Amino acid sequence: MVEVQSESVEELEGVEAGAKPTTSLYRRRSPLSSPQYQIERLAAVDLSHTPHQADFAKTLASQGIQTFRPARLENFQINVGKLCNMTCRHCHVDAGPDRVQENMDRATVDACLRALDQTEAHTVDLTGGAPELNPHFRYLVEECVARGKHVIDRCNLTVLLLPRMQDLPEWFAERGVEIICSLPHYRKFNTDAQRGDGTFEKSIEALRRLNAVGYGNGDPQRRLTLMSNPAGAFLAGNQAKMEQEWKAGLEKNHGVRFDRLIALNNMPISRFLEWLEQSGNLQRYMEVLVNAYNPATVAGLMCRNTLSVSWDGRLFDCDFNQMLDLECQLPGQRPHIRDFDPKLLAQREIVTGTHCFGCTAGAGSSCGGAIDA
Amino acid sequence: MEQYYKPEHLPHFGQIGEGSPELAEKFFAYYGAVFADGALSVREKALIALAVAHTVQCPYCIDAYSKECLQQGSDLEQMTEAVHVATAIRGGASLIHGLQMLDHVKQVAM
Repeated sequence: MVEVQSESVEELEGVEAGAKPTTSLYRRRSPLSSPQYQIERLAAVDLSHTPHQADFAKTLASQGIQTFRPARLENFQINVGKLCNMTCRHCHVDAGPDRVQENMDRATVDACLRALDQTEAHTVDLTGGAPELNPHFRYLVEECVARGKHVIDRCNLTVLLLPRMQDLPEWFAERGVEIICSLPHYRKFNTDAQRGDGTFEKSIEALRRLNAVGYGNGDPQRRLTLMSNPAGAFLAGNQAKMEQEWKAGLEKNHGVRFDRLIALNNMPISRFLEWLEQSGNLQRYMEVLVNAYNPATVAGLMCRNTLSVSWDGRLFDCDFNQMLDLECQLPGQRPHIRDFDPKLLAQREIVTGTHCFGCTAGAGSSCGGAIDA
Repeated sequence: MEQYYKPEHLPHFGQIGEGSPELAEKFFAYYGAVFADGALSVREKALIALAVAHTVQCPYCIDAYSKECLQQGSDLEQMTEAVHVATAIRGGASLIHGLQMLDHVKQVAM
């Protein structure tokens, strides 16, 4: 555990450092800040009328997958902590400026690097919180780049405007770090609805700075990826089509370029779960996820080629399981990055639950989804 | 019948096939083909459908296409503009008939 210095935390609290349309569940001492309680709330949703009663294991079994195992490890995902300059309403991490305790320390960072050296993973995927705020972030990136790994920084964009982050775009460009940045929509309305007032303008400014150092021009060494979550209780749209529209819209209206768009569904976890409950959308959203189950998504699910490490060095099948405290299941032990054993991990069974339908709900559940054909 | 409109009709639209499966099958096949990606994108077609839904004032269609527009990546501003297009055409359609009125008045009034 690393305590982030108090003056740098104060800097994050203000709205000028990043929008805060809500506060963390943790700060409000909401019962939903407990992963166990979140799982209970999800279990309380009556989905008995949906296919396979929304039992994810049964759903997999129906397509012949009795035991759900990982494929080759390709992505080493490290969640370096929950500290963030923003407090978005849909955050599945419950990140915020008040999360000063849960940040990866240097010993755990080094344990991650030692573990990485035992794998053939080609990509290191850094996430948070705002991963850039971890004091060991640049060290970790340097070490991964030195090992020839493709490094991804999952960036909220606004963090790049903080005074002490001004040099980051160029620093990333020099090291060929891919930036995957969150932008719910290519227009202001939905972006600020989800991430808070002023976020869109800040994001555009950050994208301009990334463009200025060579990102977003088709150079594989300066890849700029946008990641969109729907701003509400509906599924992500057609990714390829949206990418065309976003590229045209951002270029025309703001002169901003990017390389590709990823559209992800929101997971019914943490603050998005809270919003679903408060807005009366939880039941319907879970039905939408379960009914839109797309068997073709299973082979390529991230949990099959990714290992997810938490700030305190515990191991998970994915970042969502991490937030629900569903650790990798290994016989007789709770796996930790200190005792990393790739052979043993390769034999594990992936932990699943109702939330997994968030990743298997296929794009293209169009208006036809409303028709009981 | 307690009420004419029931929200559960929407997900059970397919039950209209009970009286004539062949016609229902033809209609839904046609419907699906109309909304497929073509010279117009799925998003553009959903916005048109939203505007038409407000013109024909069909609550089922408004429900379905409000959600469909969002899912296809439109935002509230764009959707509101689509509804105003429907409104402008409706209003304009009334108003242009005012020229017929004008003709009648000019013919018979002094």
